[in-house]
Amino acid sequence: MKRIDNFTVKSVEKLTSDIYKTLLSGDTSAVTAPGQFVNIAVDGFYLRRPISVCDVEGDELTVVYRTVGGGTERLSNYLPGDTVSVVSGLGNGFNTERNISSPLLIGGGVGVPPLVLLAKALYKKGLRPKALLGFRNASDVILTDELGKYCDVYVATEDGSFGHKGFVTGLLGEAGGDYIYACGPEPMLKAILSASELPAELSFESRMACGMGACLTCTCHTTSGARRICSDGPVFEREDIIWTQR
Amino acid sequence: MDTKVSLCGLTLDNPLIPASGTFGYGYEYSDFYDINILGSLSIKGTTLNDRYGNEGIRVAETASGMLNSVGLQNHGVDYVIEKEFPRMREVFKKPAVANISGFSVEEYVAVAEKFDACDEIGILEINVSCPNVHSGGIAFGTDPSAAATVTEAVKKAVKKPVVMKLSPNVTDIAAIAKACENAGADGICLINTLKGVRIDMNRRRPLLGNVTGGLSGPAVFPVALAMIWSVYKTCSIPIIGCGGVTTASDVIEMMMAGATAVEVGAANLVNPAACKDIIEALPSVMKKYKIDRLSDIIGAAHREDK
Repeated sequence: MKRIDNFTVKSVEKLTSDIYKTLLSGDTSAVTAPGQFVNIAVDGFYLRRPISVCDVEGDELTVVYRTVGGGTERLSNYLPGDTVSVVSGLGNGFNTERNISSPLLIGGGVGVPPLVLLAKALYKKGLRPKALLGFRNASDVILTDELGKYCDVYVATEDGSFGHKGFVTGLLGEAGGDYIYACGPEPMLKAILSASELPAELSFESRMACGMGACLTCTCHTTSGARRICSDGPVFEREDIIWTQR
Repeated sequence: MDTKVSLCGLTLDNPLIPASGTFGYGYEYSDFYDINILGSLSIKGTTLNDRYGNEGIRVAETASGMLNSVGLQNHGVDYVIEKEFPRMREVFKKPAVANISGFSVEEYVAVAEKFDACDEIGILEINVSCPNVHSGGIAFGTDPSAAATVTEAVKKAVKKPVVMKLSPNVTDIAAIAKACENAGADGICLINTLKGVRIDMNRRRPLLGNVTGGLSGPAVFPVALAMIWSVYKTCSIPIIGCGGVTTASDVIEMMMAGATAVEVGAANLVNPAACKDIIEALPSVMKKYKIDRLSDIIGAAHREDK
């Protein structure tokens, strides 16, 4: 059940030069799976900003996002006590009900945040996932402490300034695992599927308007035809995926 | 206070109709409110066959609005009737508006005939105005005689009322509306979106995969009013106003300009409860402007001019 509610900003924390963590308080009951997203209205901008849910605890909802334009910039400037309109319960989310024993959670850049709620859900089921995280450099590294509560965390940076030098796929060889959950830029997702034969579900991002399946602006090709990233996704299984330029 | 309006022989509880392409088949919105409070709803534009629509990026934000270039994605009329209508019926019991697109007169007629046979449908809305499909749709909406040809062919084939949805991307929308009226149209819906472009400055390329998209949202509201004004003066068939409506006072303003009913489009995408908020606010705004019966104000602003 999707909802629209006003949330109160509790805190805004700058994690890197352009990545922020905003803690919101409100009715989180519509968030039913890790990997879902919320669509947040920002003052002065017509469309909402779709942002994946990083964490939910009681009535607190955390989003972690990069300031890629004016809208996310504005969001990062909200102050504690401010009110924002949030549409929640959007997207299918990751499937945590699978019969797996050694999940790999692979994230790149601002694809890492939804892995936190995912890791927590898998951990609560008695699993100890491995998180393989890729960043450009040491100053871009985020959320390793949060993930460390539920996972063994391995980091790769492109310039080697933190952890393994190279892409996150360089960590795959020794990681083992029997299932992949991944979120990040499309070149990374594509490289993961090239580097591993494991069954996988991948979370995609797209420009979108409504975020709930009505406007059809986030449509993508899949092996089962046209699908909406917002409501049929954002998570698709590897068998579904057709790589196209979006 | 009476919010009922009479549109092409149908009585609507209120003039609110979510616009085609912004409301799916209704059930997408039923988590947010009981959509039976709507006057009606216009389903996603439907063609004869399944269409993916445009490749690449399909949406861009603008000041007070948005561009879309979906390109008539839909599963085709048979799928819509077989699969979508039963889902729509579960949450919406009133007659809906079938929005129909085509690439030939024959296609418009074929789709219209199929919807004409559906109990779920009260009005056929013929879209001769999609700006996002090349050589289709809009080709029939930019020329009065072509628009008249489509109108006449569809009218001959169906029993339900036919409303022609027109494009604002023309020199004289009133001439096209008049041609549709003369060809037997039961109503005119205007406006569809205005053609627009945005550039991705990093890539130095158009942002949208289709290059151009259709502008909607509050930015187009006064443009819609100007065209409704002009068509109201020229035609005597009812007008469904559409373009940038966001609030109950927008609805009343648009009706005073000449609209009998009002479609709400982009507002649904940014506020899924937009139509509910508008319907709930109508009585207080009617009170503010001393309106007892909403139907009394249709075209009221033309009082000394018409």
